[in-house]
Amino acid sequence: MVSGFTGLLTAAVFLPAAGAMVILLLGRGDRSIRTFAVLVALADMVVALLVFALFDQGAGADRFQFVDRFSWIPGETLRASYFMGVDGLSAPLVALTGIIGFCAVLGSWRVNHRVKEYFFWLLVLQTAVMGVFATLDLLLFFLFWELELVPMYMLISIWGSGRKEYSAMKFLIFTLLGSAFMLVAIVAVFVTPELGTFDMVELSTQGSLLAAGAVLLPLSVLFWLFFANFAVKLPSWPVHTWLPDAHTDAPTAASVMLAGVMLKMGGYGLLRINVGMFPGEADRFAWALVILGAISVLYGAVVTLRQTDLKRLIAYSSVSHMGLVLIGVGSIGISEGVLTATGLKGAAMQLFTHGTITGLLFLGVGLVYEKAHTRYIPDLGGLAGRMPFVAAAMLIAGLASLGLPGLSGFVSELLVFLGGFKAYPWPTAAAVLGIILAAGYILWMMERAFFGPKRERFADLTDASLVERVPLALLVVTIVGVGVYPAVLTDVFASGLDPIVTLLPGSG
Amino acid sequence: MIGEAYIWAIFLLPLGSFAAISLIIGPFFKRWPLLSGLALILPLAVAVGLSVWVLRSVALGHDLEFASYEWLDVGAATIELGLLTDQLTAIMLIVVTGVSLAVQVYSLGYMRGDNGYSRYFAYMSLFTASMVGLVLSANIIQLYVFWELVGASSYLLIGFWHERPAAAAAAKKAFIVTRIGDVGFLIAILYLFFKADDFAAAGLNAFHIPDIWLAAQPLAIGGAGILGGMALTWFALGIFAGAAGKSGQFPLHSWLPDAMEGPTPVSALIHAATMVAAGVFLVARFYPVFQQTGDALAIIALVGAFTAFMAATMGLVNNDIKRVMAYSTISQLGYMMAGLGVGAYGPAIFHLFTHASFKALLFLGAGSVNHATGTFDMRYMGGLRRVMPWTYLLTVIGGLSLVGIIPLAGFWSKDEILVGVWTGAGLVEPRVGQVTFGLLLAGVVLTGFYTFRMIHRTFHGEFRGGVDKEMEERDKPEQDGAGHGGGVHLAESPVVMVAPMIVLGLAAVVSGYLANPQWDKEIGIQGHWINEFLLEGLEHSVPELAGHFEVHDFSRWMAVISTGAAVGGLAVAGLLYGLLRAGSKEPPWVIRPVHTLLTHKYYVDALYEGVVVRRGFYRAFAGAIDWLDRNVVDAAVDSLGWISRTAGAAIGRMQTGQVQVYGSFVLLGTLAIILAFYLTWKI
Repeated sequence: MVSGFTGLLTAAVFLPAAGAMVILLLGRGDRSIRTFAVLVALADMVVALLVFALFDQGAGADRFQFVDRFSWIPGETLRASYFMGVDGLSAPLVALTGIIGFCAVLGSWRVNHRVKEYFFWLLVLQTAVMGVFATLDLLLFFLFWELELVPMYMLISIWGSGRKEYSAMKFLIFTLLGSAFMLVAIVAVFVTPELGTFDMVELSTQGSLLAAGAVLLPLSVLFWLFFANFAVKLPSWPVHTWLPDAHTDAPTAASVMLAGVMLKMGGYGLLRINVGMFPGEADRFAWALVILGAISVLYGAVVTLRQTDLKRLIAYSSVSHMGLVLIGVGSIGISEGVLTATGLKGAAMQLFTHGTITGLLFLGVGLVYEKAHTRYIPDLGGLAGRMPFVAAAMLIAGLASLGLPGLSGFVSELLVFLGGFKAYPWPTAAAVLGIILAAGYILWMMERAFFGPKRERFADLTDASLVERVPLALLVVTIVGVGVYPAVLTDVFASGLDPIVTLLPGSG
Repeated sequence: MIGEAYIWAIFLLPLGSFAAISLIIGPFFKRWPLLSGLALILPLAVAVGLSVWVLRSVALGHDLEFASYEWLDVGAATIELGLLTDQLTAIMLIVVTGVSLAVQVYSLGYMRGDNGYSRYFAYMSLFTASMVGLVLSANIIQLYVFWELVGASSYLLIGFWHERPAAAAAAKKAFIVTRIGDVGFLIAILYLFFKADDFAAAGLNAFHIPDIWLAAQPLAIGGAGILGGMALTWFALGIFAGAAGKSGQFPLHSWLPDAMEGPTPVSALIHAATMVAAGVFLVARFYPVFQQTGDALAIIALVGAFTAFMAATMGLVNNDIKRVMAYSTISQLGYMMAGLGVGAYGPAIFHLFTHASFKALLFLGAGSVNHATGTFDMRYMGGLRRVMPWTYLLTVIGGLSLVGIIPLAGFWSKDEILVGVWTGAGLVEPRVGQVTFGLLLAGVVLTGFYTFRMIHRTFHGEFRGGVDKEMEERDKPEQDGAGHGGGVHLAESPVVMVAPMIVLGLAAVVSGYLANPQWDKEIGIQGHWINEFLLEGLEHSVPELAGHFEVHDFSRWMAVISTGAAVGGLAVAGLLYGLLRAGSKEPPWVIRPVHTLLTHKYYVDALYEGVVVRRGFYRAFAGAIDWLDRNVVDAAVDSLGWISRTAGAAIGRMQTGQVQVYGSFVLLGTLAIILAFYLTWKI
C-alpha cells in the first residue's frame, strides 16, 4: 500500500481554499482583496509547477509520488483514507490547474461587483478542481467532484450575463445528473464486501480483484455509469448542450476555469477510471467511444460554424475538440499489432493543450467583451487595428486551436489521429475532416471580428493593459513551448499511462 | 565537405531573424524599421552562401548523411528532426534562399513607409525559415510541420493588409483550400503509422523518408515490400492531394489568384517561386514511391496537363496584371506536375528552377509598375515603357523566358518537359502521354498569347490614367492601405528595387543553358548537368532501382514545334492587340460566350463558394444540424427538466405530513428491498 506524507500536494490543493477563508476575514478594500487573491493564486501556481517539475519520471521511480496519506474512515467494510498523490497522468494536470487558476484570478482584475464573494468562490473552485486531479481515494474524488458545482453555480448565476440563472441551473442539473450515475457506481463498489476499499490505486492495479469480486453490478454497467458522468463533463455529443449556455453566460474567469480545467476532469476520469479500472470493458467498448468521438468532432465543428457569439463559438469548438479525447481513449481497441500508449497520450495531451488554448481564447474574448461591450460577431470587426496585442494572442490561440504545427494543439491532435487511425481507420479518417472545419470557423471568426476596416464606434478602444497582458503572455509561452518541445509533457504522461496500457488486452 | 551545423544554420539563420524581429526589433526599435529588413537580409545572405556550399558538397559526392534527433516517440515509429541533403534538396535550397534574398532586398524599397514594416519582415523570415526547413526534412512529419508552417506564413502574408476585407478573405480562402488537400496528406501519414509495426519488423522507421522509399519497393527488386497494391496507389494519391493543394492544381487552384491580395513581393516569393512549388517538390521527394504506382502517376500527369491548359485560358482575359501572372503560375506548375507524372523527373525540377527566377522577376516587375501607377488593373496602365525602361526591359526578358523563346532559361526547361512527355519513360500508358503532350503544347500557344497581351497592355500604347482614373471611374472610396505607393507618380522604381530585378533577369536569361547545356563540355559544364545531377540523386535514393531513366538529347524537331507554338501565340496576340487594338473594344459576339466563361473562371469559384460552401454546406447542411441542436438535442433536455419539475410537484403532493402515510411507504419500501434481495441473491 502506498503511504507517506510530504505535504506538497496537500498544499497545492488547499492553499486556494485557505486563501478563500482569509479573504472572508479581510476588510472591505476591494483592491487588497484582489491583490491577495492574485498572490494566493500565484503561490498555488508555483506549488503546482513545483509538483510537476519535481516529479520523477525516470524508469526506477515510484509510480505515485508526493503521497499524502492517513486513515480517514477506518474499519473493515469501508476503508476510505485521505489519500493524495500524483502519477505521470495527473502531475501535468495539476500544473495546468495552477496555471489556469492563476490566469483566471488575474483575468478577474476588473471585477468590481461583490468582490469578496467573487474571489472566495473562484479560489474554492480551484481547490475543488485541483483535488479531483490530486486525490487517489474514490470517495474523496467524488467529494471534490461535487464540491466544484457550488462555486461554479454561484459564479455563473451572480456574476454572469444574459440568461445567467437558466444557464447556471442547466449546468447544475446536467452535472448532478451525471454524478448521480457515478454515485450509483461508487456505492456498488462500496457494498461489495470483497473489495472494501476506495483506494483507486488498489482498484486499478489489482484490476483482477475488481473483475473477480462479485460486484453488485456487472462491470460493463459500472463502466457505463462512470462513463455517463464523464461524458457529460467532457462533454460528448449528445449531452453537450449545457456547455454553450454555461460558457456564454458565465463571467470570463468562470469560462476560463470551465474550459481550461473543469472539462478536463471528464477526460481525466475516462483515463483514470474507465480505462484504468475497467481495462477489459474499455477494450470491449472502445469502438463506441471512437464513434461518439468522431460524431462530437464533426457535429461540434459544424455547429461551431453557425455561431455568431464569440463565446458560444469557442464553446462549441470545445465540443469538437473534446471529441478528440474520446477518439484517443478509444484507440486502445486495436485488432492487430502491438498496443502502445500513443492514442492515450494524445488524449491526455489534448486535455492539457486544449486547456491552455481555450483558456487563452476565453481570456481574449473576455477582453473584447469588456472593452467593446459586445460579443456579437457581426457587430465586431477591425479590432486588430485597435487592440493588436489581443488580436495577436487570439490569432496564436486560434492557430493552435486549428492544429498548426509548432503550437501545442498540433501535437495532441496528431497523437490522437495516429493512435485512433491504427485502431479504427474509418471513423478516425472522418474525424480528420474536422481539421478543415476548424480552419474554417477559426479563420472566419478572426476575419469577421478582428480584420477588416477599423470601425468608428470602436475608435476609443484600448489595447490590453499590462496586468491584462500577463495571463495572455503566460499562456502563449506555454502553447509555443509545448508545441516546439512536446516531450516535456509526453514523457511525463507516458510514465503515467504505460502502467495503464499494460493492463489492457492488446498490449504486448 | 560541409558540416552538419552549417546546414542547420541555413534554417536557423532566418528563424533567428524571426525571433529577433518579432521579439526585439518590432516592440522596442519601432523608430528604426530598416533594422528589421537588415535583420533578415544579412543572415539570409549568409544562408545563400551556405546553400551554394551544400550544392558544391553534394555535387562532389560527399556523404551528407547525418543522424536525426528524436522529437517525439510515438511507439512503433519515431518522429525525428533530421537532414535529408540530397541533390533535390541542394537545388531547392538555392532556389529558396536565392529568390528570398532578392525579394527581401526589393521589399526594402517596395514596403517603405508601410506601418507594418517590421511585421512584414517578421512574417517573411518565418516563411523563409519554414520553407528551408521543408526542403531539408528527413522525416515525413517534420516535413508536414514545415508544410503547414509555410501555409500559415502564407496566410499571414496574404492577409498582411488585414484592414482590407478582400485580403482577409483571400488569406482565409488560401488556408482552407490548401488544407483540404492536406487532409489527404495527413491520412497518408496516418496510414504509414497503421503499418508502423511492419516497418519496425523490417528495421525501418515508418516516418523516415528514405525508409518510406524502401518500403514502397517490391521485395523482388530488393525493397521492403511493405506498401503495395491499391493501398500504395491511395497512399500516393493522398500525398498528391496535399501537393495539389499547395501547388494550385485543379480542382484546388482557386485560392491562388485570390492570394494576389498580398503585397507583391510576397506573391513573387511565396506564390510564384517557392511555396507553390513545394507541391512539385513533395511529389519529387516521394518519387521512388510514385514510380511504383503507374495509376497515381497517370492521374498526376493528366491533372497537371489539364491544369496547365485550363489556367492558361483563364489568363487570357484577366485585366489584373498580378492575376494573369497567378494563372500563369498555376499553368507552369501544371507543366511541372505533368512532367513528373510521365516520368520526366529531371526536366520537371529543372523547370521549377528556371521558373522561380523568371516568374519572381515578372512579379517584381508588376510590383514596380504598381509602384508607379498605384494600380494592378491593366486597363489603367499603358505606355509605361518610356518612363520605366528598366522595368520594361526586364519584364520583356521574363516574359519571353516564360513563353520559351530560345535561348532564354524557360525555353530549355519547357522543351525538356515536352521531350520527356513525348518520349515517355514507360511509367504510364502511351495514351496518357499523348493527351498530356497535346494539352501542354496547346498551353504553349496560350502562354505566348497572354504574355504578349500583358506586356502590350502594360507598357505600350498611351497611358490610361493609373489609380486616379480607376478611383474616379469606379467611384469607390479609397481603401485603407490599398492605394499602395500613394497615387500615380510615373517614374522608374528606385535602385533598391531594380537591382534585384536585374539579378533575377540575368538568371532568367542564362540559368537555363548554364545549368543544363545541351551539348557536352561546350562551356566547361557537363552536358545536361542539372538533369544528370537530379537523376543521380534519384537513383541513389533507392539503389535497387537504378537505370530507370535516361536523359534525352536535345531534339531539333521539338525545339521547332515548341518555338512555333510560342511564336504563334505571340503573333496572334500581336495581331489582335497591336494591329486591331482589341484592348479598347468589347469582344466581338463570336467569342463573347467564351470570353464570359473565362472571365468568370469557368464559374468554378461561384460553384465552390456560392453553391457548395455557402448554400449547400453552410445554409442547408450546417443550418440543419444547428437547428437540430437547438430544437431536438437541447429541447429534449429542457423537456426532461420539465418532466422532472412536474414529477417533483406530483411527488411533493404525496408529502402530506401524516406519519401514517410515511409509515406505509417505509413498509412498502422495505418489502421491495427484501424481495429484490431474494430475487437477485437467491439465497
